[in-house]
Amino acid sequence: MEVLLFAAAALRISVPYTLAALGASFSERGGVINIALEGIMLNGALAYVLGAYWTGNPWAGVAAALAAGVATAALHAAITVWLRADQITSGLGINLLAAGLTKFVLTQVFHSSSNSSRVIGLPDWNLFHLGDLPALGPVLTAPLVMVAVVAVLAGQGFLFRTVFGLRLRSVGEHPEAAATLGLSVAGYRTAGVLISGALAGLAGAWLASEQHSFTDGMTGGRGYIALAAMIVGKWTPFGAAAACLLFGIAEALQITLQGTGFPSELLQMLPYLVTMFALAGFIGRATPPRRLGVPYDPERA
Amino acid sequence: MSRRLQQTLLVAAAPLIAVALALVAGAVFIAAIGEDPFGVYGLMLSQTFGTGYGIGQTLFKATPLIFTGLAVALGFRAGLFNIGVEGQLYLGGFVAALVGFGWAELPPIHLLPLTLLAGAAAGALWGAIPGVLKARFGAHEVINTILLNFIAFALVSYLGYSVFEPATVRTSEIGPGAHLARLDIFWPSLRGSPANLALGLGLAAAAVIGVVLFRTRLGYELRAVGLNAPAAEYGGVSVGRVQVTAMALSGAVAGLGGCNYVQGYKHFFELGFSAGSGFLGIAVALLGRNHPVGVVIAALFFGALSYGGLAANQRVPKELVEVLQAIVILLTIGVQQVVERAARRLG
Repeated sequence: MEVLLFAAAALRISVPYTLAALGASFSERGGVINIALEGIMLNGALAYVLGAYWTGNPWAGVAAALAAGVATAALHAAITVWLRADQITSGLGINLLAAGLTKFVLTQVFHSSSNSSRVIGLPDWNLFHLGDLPALGPVLTAPLVMVAVVAVLAGQGFLFRTVFGLRLRSVGEHPEAAATLGLSVAGYRTAGVLISGALAGLAGAWLASEQHSFTDGMTGGRGYIALAAMIVGKWTPFGAAAACLLFGIAEALQITLQGTGFPSELLQMLPYLVTMFALAGFIGRATPPRRLGVPYDPERA
Repeated sequence: MSRRLQQTLLVAAAPLIAVALALVAGAVFIAAIGEDPFGVYGLMLSQTFGTGYGIGQTLFKATPLIFTGLAVALGFRAGLFNIGVEGQLYLGGFVAALVGFGWAELPPIHLLPLTLLAGAAAGALWGAIPGVLKARFGAHEVINTILLNFIAFALVSYLGYSVFEPATVRTSEIGPGAHLARLDIFWPSLRGSPANLALGLGLAAAAVIGVVLFRTRLGYELRAVGLNAPAAEYGGVSVGRVQVTAMALSGAVAGLGGCNYVQGYKHFFELGFSAGSGFLGIAVALLGRNHPVGVVIAALFFGALSYGGLAANQRVPKELVEVLQAIVILLTIGVQQVVERAARRLG
């Protein structure tokens, strides 16, 4: 039972990482670095709260989070793909923008710069009687958990087994070749970024729904960790999901060990250290998409 | 006007266009919440530059940004994106405070340089790690510096248990020998503002970095690596060595920046003291076009914006300033692309 409860906690923690990291694999396979995940997630979380607050319907919150995620990602795409500006700077700027904007909106709507009113969370879906399982039941019946599982499976197939996936990867590997074949490099790159925005928006909705409210800076760096997980997972949905589970386990362990005298800060560093080792090539070689981070300028190609 | 001059002017004007557009965007926000944009901007201006106290506050807010902006600019010049400035600043402030209160009895002639050096050394070490990982293993410095930020926060929280004052999140006071004097001692009109000699150190750092970048062999190599690493390698420059040096120097400047708060203001280290100054340094470097003079001017602008936002908090939420800062970043990189394309068409 203890083990199952621990597994449930780890699974629960890894949900937002998985959604955002899966999205990042789409953006980055298309050649666009998405450090804006953090800000997209934050905007998604606030949008969920606003949608649920104004309509009383959590699904309106999810729709709002999706819309906010896609809109924020569209800004990133406009700056990086269409204006061809630096992707990392754009991402960091968007994160700062989201941090400021969400607080600004909080002050206007809830008259507090730190937290919102309480809103309704997402209801359970007791499909296949999964809810009857001990300990894991409450996690497996959360709608966004199922969405995440399906999205990871579908995402892997989509990216590596469909024409769209092949083309998306081609604009990240060799945009000139893709353009020669008549593909719209900008179009596919934008699509990758927008998919990533939708998924990171959902990750924000999950956080807000779990907490039943929005608090200032509630993503707490999860967007960056999701990006790191995607890298550890070698730019694949399956790999990213596995890395997110690993990070979820580390974080659950940290919470379990709190109060036992074991320095939880050291465990807190674990995912970051693992990622640094992975990046240095100690855990197999991770090869990024060849043209990741490089704007594509047809005039100069 | 010659084409060449037109091009130069156009590109040089890009940051100004970006700032102007950002202020317009801010005005839309201010109007949207039912306030008068001109009134609010006027209030911010008079509160920051209209009084000695306001000027002092602006200088105080600008000081850490000079350090972090210089740190980011140094990295950029070598083609490296140091997002770890926040962590380097944080760790630098922490280590400086440790030395400052650990040897509190020492006279200023020893303690002051020792404390400053300790902060710089801690930052240099934290900056050198991603430099080595990049040079040795080809690991991208952006991700590593982000990760090292988180590790720095966790590390300081962990080490803090054993050094913080009971039931607080701050260290003991550093010895008086490590204090940096307030500027109002020399200019009484700044009275009450926390501006201190760290500003002078920041300006000196800008001057030194300017000389190093543009008048020394190291600076030449650094810029060569930033412009075209394979060409620099072919020209006999050890790219890896330059990358590690650049990241260590960048981290040192960032770590030194902690002195504004730790040695000039509070005289202790406190959890969360860096408060985003490191990230804002990226905006400062961008707007200042990675030139030491530009960085100082951009830092003053962002400092004025920070304090102006606080001063106008009665009428507009201070979060507006954060939104404005972000808009400046996004517009700066956007406008730069548009302007450079226009300039290319001219030529």
